[in-house]
Amino acid sequence: MTTTLASRPVAAGPAAPARGTRGRTALLWIARHAIAVALSVMFLGPLGFIVLTALMSDQQALTSELWPRSWNWGNFAEIFETAPLLTWIRNTLLYSVLATAFMLVSSIPVAYALAKFRFRGRKLAFLLVITTMMLPPQVVAVPVYLIWARFHLTGTLWPLILPMLLGDAFSIFLLRQFLVTIPREYSDAARVDGCGEFRTLVRVILPMARPAIAAVALFQFFYCWNDYYGPLLYAGTDLDNWTLSIGLAAFRSVHRVQWNLTMAATVLATAPVIVVFFFAQKVFIEGVKLTGVK
Amino acid sequence: MAATALGRRGPAVPSSSRGGRRRANLRALLYLSPWLAGFAIFFVYPLLSTVYFSFQRYDMFTLEPVGLLNYRYLLHDDAAWTALRNTLWLVVVMVPLRVLFGLGVAQLITKVKAGAGVLRTIFYLPSLVPLVAGTLGFVYLLNPGTGPVQAVLDAVGLPSPDWFGDPAWSKWGLTILGLWSVGDLMVIFLAALLDVPRQLYEAAAIDGANAWHQFTRITLPIIRPVLMFATVTGVIQTLQYFTQAMVAARVASGATDSAGSVFVPGYPDQSTLTFPEWLFHQGFRDYAMGYACVLALVLFAISMVFTLILLRQFRGFAEEEA
Repeated sequence: MTTTLASRPVAAGPAAPARGTRGRTALLWIARHAIAVALSVMFLGPLGFIVLTALMSDQQALTSELWPRSWNWGNFAEIFETAPLLTWIRNTLLYSVLATAFMLVSSIPVAYALAKFRFRGRKLAFLLVITTMMLPPQVVAVPVYLIWARFHLTGTLWPLILPMLLGDAFSIFLLRQFLVTIPREYSDAARVDGCGEFRTLVRVILPMARPAIAAVALFQFFYCWNDYYGPLLYAGTDLDNWTLSIGLAAFRSVHRVQWNLTMAATVLATAPVIVVFFFAQKVFIEGVKLTGVK
Repeated sequence: MAATALGRRGPAVPSSSRGGRRRANLRALLYLSPWLAGFAIFFVYPLLSTVYFSFQRYDMFTLEPVGLLNYRYLLHDDAAWTALRNTLWLVVVMVPLRVLFGLGVAQLITKVKAGAGVLRTIFYLPSLVPLVAGTLGFVYLLNPGTGPVQAVLDAVGLPSPDWFGDPAWSKWGLTILGLWSVGDLMVIFLAALLDVPRQLYEAAAIDGANAWHQFTRITLPIIRPVLMFATVTGVIQTLQYFTQAMVAARVASGATDSAGSVFVPGYPDQSTLTFPEWLFHQGFRDYAMGYACVLALVLFAISMVFTLILLRQFRGFAEEEA
């Protein structure tokens, strides 16, 4: 499961069919690499184009030119004057950090119980976790909104943060999928040594589950960082309560600015995600694999 | 020790195991309690509540029972049906295209030996870009006046539509955006492709099977469950499609916010209006909350069908030991 591309021979490699001549193999090689290069350009191109536009002048951003005629690094300073970006970043961080911390505290014990305990209704509980994970949040949006309105918390981000204290279905699911792969012998051995169930979880299981915990934490953090629907529903009309994503979506319409500044703000919202990805690439990739079926 | 326990308490095994089982159940209850509370407060209660509100007229101030009025209104609400058609369009077109494209890219990576790791990183990266940021980028990129896509299409002699401004093309614009962020599917498919035992290909090659036959006779049957799973979860996710459509329409329409104006999603001409968007608009912009609950129940019914398919088809998903 943890095999990497580098350490493993590529499985589906061409096994040199008897009929294949050397010329045909070479042609195939060229075709494959040409497609790979073309696709790479198509995948990276938009990102590069966004960065280049972010550095253009107002006028040039309205043309289809690719390369900035002048490098307007000042655009990145200007967006902070145009919109309360610092406030939005602070709100987004508050939402992402608290939601992730709360999610971990509440979801790890649930996932552990679903993976390792034997009890009545265990299978049903897991099926319900999957069901809540799959169903669109919009299905229950109206009554949930009314709950928060009753506590006068609409117009803030708390309706998005506080529920994380009661577990998150996707994180529970992902953690559980990892925890079932830990052989029972480890927890049995800890129990023989006189460890209670809770100490076994903290001392034995959690250290072993570190990659999965890192993955769900990162996924949760970036889910919040990128979340648009949630803040759009709850943050209200006061710009001081907005997050980066809803601010970014309204950037052009509220602040009536040009594309170059919009793209500069886009770069600002994207950069942290890309930076973290390069430091924790393996965690992401292994985490994504856990979301598939085995 | 076991013997003395037997001696004192009679039939020790059943009784102690029954007590042990009860203790195990209580312990599980304790560990599950946060989620059980969340399930009750944020799922069961709201779901029942949604049914209740669907028979009311409610705007957050006055509550008035109206019987089946909201349901009857659904039959005459053209926008709701347009939204449902658009959502189903995305399910039928975008989901299969994403699966095929993700599989193609993954397969390509397995064939390219040098730089496979770098390619995987490149193809995965766009799926991490925040949805709002990626959508803004694509609206600008595909915009005929400002983006390079038109120049490329002109150069090869293809017509270049006004993607996000033309009702006939706007959903295709969203589809292209969806294909760009296919990275997470690609990672799952790549892992599955690399798990196919190599000997099978070698044996097939000895029997003279060409690459196409190897792919259709060996690869596809083995990774079929992974593809099916990705398709069904893709359908469920696409039924929730909201952010990209909302942001694209908002930016492409060039609407500027003025006091008291409410942006109506779907630009151009309701062509990007998805079902969750219409639900959101009815419930939280027009405050027709009772009617929004009817829309919510429709969405619930459709999503539930696919969730049940998923749970039926992939029992292994919830197996005792993975």
